[in-house]
Amino acid sequence: MIALLIRDLRLAVRAGGGFGLGLAFFLIVVVLVPFAVGPRADLHRVIAPGVLWLGALLACLLSLDRIFALDHEDGSLDLLATAPLPLEALTCIKALAHWLTTGLPLVLAAPVLGVLMNLPAPGYVPLILSLALGTPALSVIGTFGAALTVGVRRGGLLMSLLVLPLYVPTLIFGAEAARRGADGLSYSTPLIMLAGITCGTIALLPFASAAVVRVNLR
Amino acid sequence: MLLSAENLSVSRGGIAVLEGVTLALAPGQALILRGPNGAGKTTLLRTLAGLQPLLKGTLQADEGALVYAGHADGNKGALTVRENLEFWAAIFGGGDVHPAMDTYALASLADRPAAQLSAGQKRRLGLARLIVARRAVWLLDEPTVSLDTAATAMFVAAVRAHLDAGGSAIIATHIELGLDEAAVLDITPFKARVTALDDFDEAFL
Repeated sequence: MIALLIRDLRLAVRAGGGFGLGLAFFLIVVVLVPFAVGPRADLHRVIAPGVLWLGALLACLLSLDRIFALDHEDGSLDLLATAPLPLEALTCIKALAHWLTTGLPLVLAAPVLGVLMNLPAPGYVPLILSLALGTPALSVIGTFGAALTVGVRRGGLLMSLLVLPLYVPTLIFGAEAARRGADGLSYSTPLIMLAGITCGTIALLPFASAAVVRVNLR
Repeated sequence: MLLSAENLSVSRGGIAVLEGVTLALAPGQALILRGPNGAGKTTLLRTLAGLQPLLKGTLQADEGALVYAGHADGNKGALTVRENLEFWAAIFGGGDVHPAMDTYALASLADRPAAQLSAGQKRRLGLARLIVARRAVWLLDEPTVSLDTAATAMFVAAVRAHLDAGGSAIIATHIELGLDEAAVLDITPFKARVTALDDFDEAFL
């Protein structure tokens, strides 16, 4: 399992691995929004938590179809499915690798980009907390979406449509926690809800993903 | 018996391809599958490997005894030859990759990214994975594609060494390997009869 994680991380950081893809997209969204909205610092302050969360979510979505598609194309998914590694473990590792290469960099970049969006000072801690708690759910749900479309050629569109509604609860509670924090209110309730969603998806979805991969390999 | 199948029916995309296949493999035995393109060799091998559910019949195999090699080698182009092999060795429980590299003359290519290898070298890397997997039963789907004469000889020698060590192999191939001790199974006679569509579908046709 560790070997698979190391391989996926290594592949991500090597040429063409798409490590910087999500991060660059996040940066572009957050840099461009103030230009599109216009020079109104008061408005930026209001929309900052939502824009940061939406940017992170879309950046996550961007790299999802790499999770299984590349392994399916070169045949290694077939070989991994016949290897002694259970498919449930495989999907867990794939989600973890996706989070480490996409979600974690987004969490770390968010406070820097918060400055660009004029995020109020009390909003930084809840923003980082909500992203750190919410992005694992995005990776796990995304792995499920990628598993659903594993045999489908150019399945990216289908996968986005399947995954987006599943992302909605995470987005609502994540952005709500960040917004309340930015307004100086208590943000523990949405944060707890977010943590609950993440725990639930991590507990259940790897089994669903593994079952779907098994069906799609037939 | 390392692997035995009785009266096996296999299907691809919901349509029966082969039926009534019976085969058995003892340690040290090799079986060569023959049949024209589309006869169902790949489907049979994938079913034996557990990638596809079987339609009918019984299949007895220790799941931990099989290793499958399909048309695609499963190499990662961004990783070097050694990294590819070390990854598979770790997945299959660890072990030294040097014997495998020596068998297929990959030592001089060890630090080259797999993307830069020629087609035959990639195939040799794919076959070397079988050795690091250290499994008893090899299920091989046209293993000699894009191999030259010398590399084919390396492959035959590797299969012989594997058989001598008590392993066994099922090899689907179109060429003469010169593996005289192997039994040959032509799967053409097992071709499934076209089954009548059930009533529900017929109502719509």
